[in-house]
Amino acid sequence: MSSALNIMIAGIGGQGIVLASKIIAQAALARGLHVRTAETIGMAQRGGSVASHVRIGNEIHSPLIPRGTARVLLAFEPAEAIRHFPYLSADGAVIVCDMAIQPTADAYSVDAALSFLKENVRHLKIISGAALRRAMESVKTANMIMNMIMLGAASECGALPFSADELAAAIRALLPEKYWGINISAICAGRKACHD
Amino acid sequence: MKKLLMGNEAIAYGALHAGVRVAAGYPGTPSTEILETLAKIHDGSVYLEWSVNEKSALEIAAGAAYAGARAMVTMKQVGLNVASDPLMSLNYVGVKGGLVIVAADDPGPISSQTEQDTRHFAQFAKMALFDPSTPEEAYAMTADAFAFSEKYGQPVLLRPATRVCHSRADVELAAPLRVSAPEGFVKDPRWVIFPRLTFANHIRLEQKLVEMSEEFSRYPKNYVTGGGTLGIAAGGVSYAYVNEALQNLGVSCKLLKVSSYPFPRDLALAFLDGLEEALVIEELDPVIEMELLRLMGSAGQSLGRSSGVKIKGKLTGHTANAGENSPESVSAAVASFLKLNAAPSQPERLARPPDVPARPPILCAGCPHRASFLAVKEAADNAVFCGDIGCYTLGNAKPLDMVDTCLCMGAGITVAQGLHRVEPHKTHFAFIGDSTFFHSGIPGIINAVYNQTDIIVAVLDNATTAMTGGQPHPGTGKTLTGSSPPIDIGKILEAIGVTDIVRADPLDHAAAKAAVTKVLPLTGVRAILFASPCAAKIKKPIYAVDAEKCRSCEICVAKLGCPALTMQNGKADIQRALCAGCGLCGQICPFHAIGGAL
Repeated sequence: MSSALNIMIAGIGGQGIVLASKIIAQAALARGLHVRTAETIGMAQRGGSVASHVRIGNEIHSPLIPRGTARVLLAFEPAEAIRHFPYLSADGAVIVCDMAIQPTADAYSVDAALSFLKENVRHLKIISGAALRRAMESVKTANMIMNMIMLGAASECGALPFSADELAAAIRALLPEKYWGINISAICAGRKACHD
Repeated sequence: MKKLLMGNEAIAYGALHAGVRVAAGYPGTPSTEILETLAKIHDGSVYLEWSVNEKSALEIAAGAAYAGARAMVTMKQVGLNVASDPLMSLNYVGVKGGLVIVAADDPGPISSQTEQDTRHFAQFAKMALFDPSTPEEAYAMTADAFAFSEKYGQPVLLRPATRVCHSRADVELAAPLRVSAPEGFVKDPRWVIFPRLTFANHIRLEQKLVEMSEEFSRYPKNYVTGGGTLGIAAGGVSYAYVNEALQNLGVSCKLLKVSSYPFPRDLALAFLDGLEEALVIEELDPVIEMELLRLMGSAGQSLGRSSGVKIKGKLTGHTANAGENSPESVSAAVASFLKLNAAPSQPERLARPPDVPARPPILCAGCPHRASFLAVKEAADNAVFCGDIGCYTLGNAKPLDMVDTCLCMGAGITVAQGLHRVEPHKTHFAFIGDSTFFHSGIPGIINAVYNQTDIIVAVLDNATTAMTGGQPHPGTGKTLTGSSPPIDIGKILEAIGVTDIVRADPLDHAAAKAAVTKVLPLTGVRAILFASPCAAKIKKPIYAVDAEKCRSCEICVAKLGCPALTMQNGKADIQRALCAGCGLCGQICPFHAIGGAL
């Protein structure tokens, strides 16, 4: 069995899933760890379901996480947590934002989705839409920083092996300087949202 | 130095470090980021361009390579179809500077029309091909491909697939090569393809393929490991899945890694020697499998087994013959081949999650294409709507349901003409995006004017190549690295001889409908230019529903299919985070219940 730390990030095209996985991968690289990711880019980005696979460890071959082996599932939307649940390992952690975005074609029950997670995930952290909105207001911007808020929350509740400082360093390594402030503030806001 | 790189970024670094001088391409998933990365990282030493199409891009790269420069061209797999005319001839002419043709395959397919396998193009064009399994290999193989191309004087294909292109890894970067300045173009009959030259070069080419196969048997990225009587051959990302599966199953066996065409024949013979059975794991077509079968046919007896080695794979139904491989599918195939139980890493879960509806890609909130489609739908509901390749292919989804055909780049224009020849009493619309118009739409429109066909061309001009992330094209006034006077689509249509051309802002719903109504009764080739910038590029004040005025008719939700519009507690509701402020819902609400917020 693989000893890799597998992190699945799931959401909807436009929520910043690719950048979130890049930040985690960069934080791993800065620690001298070997990392592989697989991302959804292209046609599927247009409001469709997207997922990033991040794998950290020495003996990783596949960029895709085998089902049932993700130690962390970071879901930006409840239905996407459910859709990617089969990737979660038996004792894996789920961090999910409860703010639903209903698919255009067909609606789903958010309550049913969240109750399933409550019943079946031992390490579950639900970030409420209200906490998310407060975090966004504190950074004075709209949707574009949801990814950093979720990373900050995941780091704070111990689901990610990287501190907020390590995530901030990754932001500085990957993004142009003009975006550092807003993204690092969003990481901090996410840490607060974890306790909200 | 180690750097976190996506496969496509690794190819860009590989090309830069190998001294590429000229690189051209046309955007297409999963290849687009290669040129975009080169544009970010080069120091001014590389000429870079988005060409109008893949054929042009390859010919530009060929010219640069004739002059002795190292050149690269990038495209997705279906782009290689467009470039196949120069591709098939170029190998008979050869090159002087190294020429690497990157064609990215898309098993699944995830974002493509076909599941074609570029390895067949290598065989068909008698061209060497490199097939990386990881971003690290993609980086190293790009440099190898340039050297190989120059050594043999032939263009070379590099075929990464989606899970290499869009996968990141920590890649160890080498020191950039010092490449001497290109010699320049030297006039010589060798650059002019004629039947006599083709025949002479064909003979040389066949000899080179034999030499290439011998060299590839010694190439460090083709190799055999392990032993035993059961062996697995794999290439591309599937090789990674095989290793993952063997690691999880806690077993080992004889392995053949294939990273090239021509097939490394001698190496494969060493792999087959002593085997009873071989399983082939590859994506798309059974290329490695066919090569092994061919080897068994021609050299089976020399392997010392009268019964031969049983080759299992796609042809025998042991692996799937369509779609993408996954760690799970490969693990199952490997376990079954080695007669083991399935991987222990996939425990059966007791809890089955509730069903959630599929969430396919859709037109973004505020997308002007939605407005153009709605205007045409309301003005000409019974017409036939020929679509094309781009974001606007997503107009096929309900409730718009405005794409009746879609085939390949530029085909909407010409398929509409064929349909019209059979049913001249019907109205045929051809929708085409701005980038697709320049790519391959223009000849089809000339054909319609020349042959006097009654069609309505609707140009959906959002001032970008949107589906691939917003690349410039000749109509935008921008190039990959700078600016250029924009080429006016309307003037091109005028010059071609399209006499009835109307322009409309699709987000002005009444005017857009009036434009359609105006051209509808006319004959000949008519054009509507719907121009409004891509919603991803502009920010407008968002809209909101006045719940007091909303009568719950659901017309806005039912007509538009806008992701920002849903019914909440019986009233229409706009999700603020998604609304792009196009205002279309406000224009169609019969009760004026939707207006600009803030």
